[in-house]
Amino acid sequence: MLDKRMTAADIVAQLSDGMTIGIGGWGPRRKPMALVRELLRSNLKDLTIVAYGGADVGMLCAAGKVKKVVFAFVSLDAIPLEPWFRKAREAGQLEVLEVDEGMFQWGLKAAAFGLPFLPTRVGLGTDLAALGGLKTVTSPYADGETLIAMPALKLDAALIHVNRSDWRGNVQVFGPDVYYDEWFAKAAAKTYVSCEELVDRMEDHYPDDAQFNLFERCFVTGVVELSGGAHPSSMPPHYGWDMKAFKAYADAAKDPGDWSAVADRFVGATEADYLNSFGGKEAVAALPLPIF
Amino acid sequence: MTDVTLAELCIFAASEAFRGNGEIVATGVGPVPRLGAGLAKLTHTPELMMTDGECYLVEQPVPLGPRNYDDRKKAGYLPFSRFFDSAVWTGRRHAMVTPTQIDRFGQINLSQLGGTHKQPKTQMLGVRGFPGNTIYHPNSFFFPSHTTRVFVEGEVDMVSGVGYNPAKRIAGGNYSGVALKKIITNLCVMDFGGTDNAVRVVSLHPGVTFQDVQAATGFPLEKGDLVETPLPDADALAIIAQLDPHNIRASVIKDNPPAQRVS
Repeated sequence: MLDKRMTAADIVAQLSDGMTIGIGGWGPRRKPMALVRELLRSNLKDLTIVAYGGADVGMLCAAGKVKKVVFAFVSLDAIPLEPWFRKAREAGQLEVLEVDEGMFQWGLKAAAFGLPFLPTRVGLGTDLAALGGLKTVTSPYADGETLIAMPALKLDAALIHVNRSDWRGNVQVFGPDVYYDEWFAKAAAKTYVSCEELVDRMEDHYPDDAQFNLFERCFVTGVVELSGGAHPSSMPPHYGWDMKAFKAYADAAKDPGDWSAVADRFVGATEADYLNSFGGKEAVAALPLPIF
Repeated sequence: MTDVTLAELCIFAASEAFRGNGEIVATGVGPVPRLGAGLAKLTHTPELMMTDGECYLVEQPVPLGPRNYDDRKKAGYLPFSRFFDSAVWTGRRHAMVTPTQIDRFGQINLSQLGGTHKQPKTQMLGVRGFPGNTIYHPNSFFFPSHTTRVFVEGEVDMVSGVGYNPAKRIAGGNYSGVALKKIITNLCVMDFGGTDNAVRVVSLHPGVTFQDVQAATGFPLEKGDLVETPLPDADALAIIAQLDPHNIRASVIKDNPPAQRVS
């Protein structure tokens, strides 16, 4: 049988400097943080990060891994402004493409379908087109409408955290909202998935949940079991976000304000060290689901 | 009614913005807009749709603040993963939000202040969904502190939402979905019913004068048929209290003043 199991280190070894990497999830929710932490332990640099951003974007910017960010927002919800992203922006150290949340998923869909762009009204009448160098197209039909051509957001790789997978990459994705993970998977040349639970053959374990197969296994290059791997972001129904950890992370942007002094706390030498410093997998599993 | 707070008056005014909107998603971001939408649904406009703030549609607005995770009664489903398909890009939504800046054209900014786009002086949230919201569906605004820093002279630093500025409109685009409705602040209620969609004051909160509002605004305002913003009645106050059991509304406007301004 196809066996796509890899370690987190194997996955990061597949990435290279200058790549465009999409990160699934949304703000402080369903983020593949263990894979992001593994990336932070590597020497990778000059990355273009495409994300509905949270601490993933903040940490990678703080660590100097990022050349460019494609974003509509970067936020930790209860902490509205992601402090490390803010610092990097205000230092002028990033190239950016700022787009609307809907344009963002539209760009992923264009990439998924191999199209150069998809047309949209969104962006007209704002500063987005001028700032982002976005072009317009004219409808060839009688209406002759002018539309923004949202360019495809083609990804060299996507990182996604899911609830379950089997060795072949048959994923099952639960939780009340799966955001745009499907389109990150399809927009990427290679998609690497971490999961809360890995099984050998999905059909032998959870056949009744097959409708939760958000994207098919042809879109999955590698899988790794990393339970607790979304921490400190939320991963319903397994655990909620760790707002205390986010608060400490946000406070560190002010004092000491230097990532190299605090990276150990928020990345750790290994994933096991990291999780242990937050009370282990049991403590993560006990984090209550967020109330909105 | 002397014990009615200004925040409660604003919630009542916010609910009026949703009156008769029909079967659309009413999204109130922040305590006052959210309580306003909930109050509208529970009183004059029960056909409104709304979410629990996460992804489920609810027919009973969920209260603000700590509660049990499963207290909400789910009637439908509207996750982010289909929000643009179902609500935003079909125009079936009215959002009330609080941008950082707004200008005389109704252009709004949530992205950055000062500096350049490459190096902003202050990075804020990013444009989020404002560009799409403003070109596709109705929008209203709530500002807890009406000042010239919010209502700016000239244009906003980064145009994150479409307004009625002809110079910003790329020719041939379809702007028929642009519909800016109400602006509710700690001083007054305004709309875009002035000359060429200019901002117009339509009601003044008790004890506030038009001059007070103009002095706090960075551009000239038009004057509608000014009335006093109505106070919520006892039923409305009871519903507001039920939707906000932790009195989060008391923290929205500085010092939580009464609805009647003392001069």
